[in-house]
Amino acid sequence: MEFIHDFSAILVATCRDVLPIILLITIFQTLVLRQSIPHLRRVIVGGVYVVIGLALFLAGLEKALFPLGKIMATQLSDPAFLYGTDKIVLQADWKAYGWIYLFAGMVGFATTIAEPSLIAVAYKANEVSAGTINQWGLRITVAIGVALGISLGTFRIVSGTPLYLYILVGYLIVIVQTIFAPKSIIPLAYDSGGVTTSTVTVPLVAALGLGLSATVPGRNPALDGFGLIAFASLFPIITVMGYAQYMHWMTQRKLKIMEKRNAL
Amino acid sequence: MITSLIFKKLKNALTDLLPIILVIAFFQIVVLKQPLPQMGDVLFGALLVVAGLSLFVQGLEMGLFPIGEAMAQALARKGSLFWLLSFAFALGFSTTVAEPALIAVCSEAAEIACQGELIDSSRESLRQYAFGLRMSVAFSVGLAILIGIMRIIRGWPIHYLIIGGYVVVMLMTIIAPKEIIGIAYDAGGVTTSTITVPLVTALGVGLASTIRGRSPLLDGFGLIAFASLLPMIFVMGYGLLIFG
Repeated sequence: MEFIHDFSAILVATCRDVLPIILLITIFQTLVLRQSIPHLRRVIVGGVYVVIGLALFLAGLEKALFPLGKIMATQLSDPAFLYGTDKIVLQADWKAYGWIYLFAGMVGFATTIAEPSLIAVAYKANEVSAGTINQWGLRITVAIGVALGISLGTFRIVSGTPLYLYILVGYLIVIVQTIFAPKSIIPLAYDSGGVTTSTVTVPLVAALGLGLSATVPGRNPALDGFGLIAFASLFPIITVMGYAQYMHWMTQRKLKIMEKRNAL
Repeated sequence: MITSLIFKKLKNALTDLLPIILVIAFFQIVVLKQPLPQMGDVLFGALLVVAGLSLFVQGLEMGLFPIGEAMAQALARKGSLFWLLSFAFALGFSTTVAEPALIAVCSEAAEIACQGELIDSSRESLRQYAFGLRMSVAFSVGLAILIGIMRIIRGWPIHYLIIGGYVVVMLMTIIAPKEIIGIAYDAGGVTTSTITVPLVTALGVGLASTIRGRSPLLDGFGLIAFASLLPMIFVMGYGLLIFG
């Protein structure tokens, strides 16, 4: 009974998310374009699937994974777990937080694989590139980027170093890569930064950031708890471009070897 | 035939979810050395997630992608730049302004600004600050989609615009109050919701494949990138305007 109540609350919230889109499309169709939508019935059924699917997805996460993930984030960042119960810690030692970095990275990877908006973008990229961009290849590359980003982000919270330095260095890497990466991957790489952080990743990562900054001695949740999302949206750009560069380099090398062989 | 199709979709969704299950089980059992609590709840929830994800992907293929592309093509055929750009702005603004994640971040940001004694602690000023922040983010996302659509039409190379944006972000970081920087950086990530992303992607790809001389891969993508960059600039700008 309680579950049905929770589920209907989530369903209503999802419908409210879709409402502006429906209004906008209806207004434009009737007032500006003045024509009917092709395969209207199919589109409506698809829209209903999206809303119900997303609501089920979120309800399941709320029920199973978020509570567990949030509890684990606080347990792992508990000083009693990290340093042992008998020690009083005044100064955070960044070396004691190994499990946190690993947990952050793995949670980042796992949640990104399940992220519905990334699935959508990977699907579209595969279709548009006529199959040269592999869906799983793109999703795993992005997930590795998020994992690296969030790991580094937790290190930043523990060590208390300023956020803008990391972002600045990240931007510089992106700029240098943009010069050398194959042109066709650049727009997709830039996009993959934004799509990684939605329904699955944000709640877990935010809980981790706030939990960590509340328990690490000398950190202020208000100032240090933010910034993990920024890491998670910057690093996939780097890994996606890096992967494209690597693939490009490999094909070039193969071509060269083939040419040599032919010359002989 | 249909059952095998459904089975395949469910299997795909299960693969998507598997890493999360493995990570949580590993840390719970090996690192924290605790049994998994409420196994029944967890399994039931995982089942819902798998079913929901399969339904969502099916809905994408049937509804969200076709409608996005149909709108892009219809608007391009109409040939009115004004209506195309209005649609772009309205789509960005309306899907962001009521986004629950954004509302949550904005009220949190108001608390922080209050602790940092940047605004006074009356409820009215907190509400006003959060509302202003929310409006600037929603406006910036609308503007981002508009600029992105302009880029597709004109064929501007994306990297000049994005790198230019990075430079602006860095310059503003130097002068913006430090209480707003973390939130500004995060604002870029939280704005793009699960329903907006597929729709915006389909819009861009649909438009790029309609306009002659544009490639869907080179020009169709990139809208999300603008939507995560511009909010950073606008949130820091809002901070400067209010406190500067």
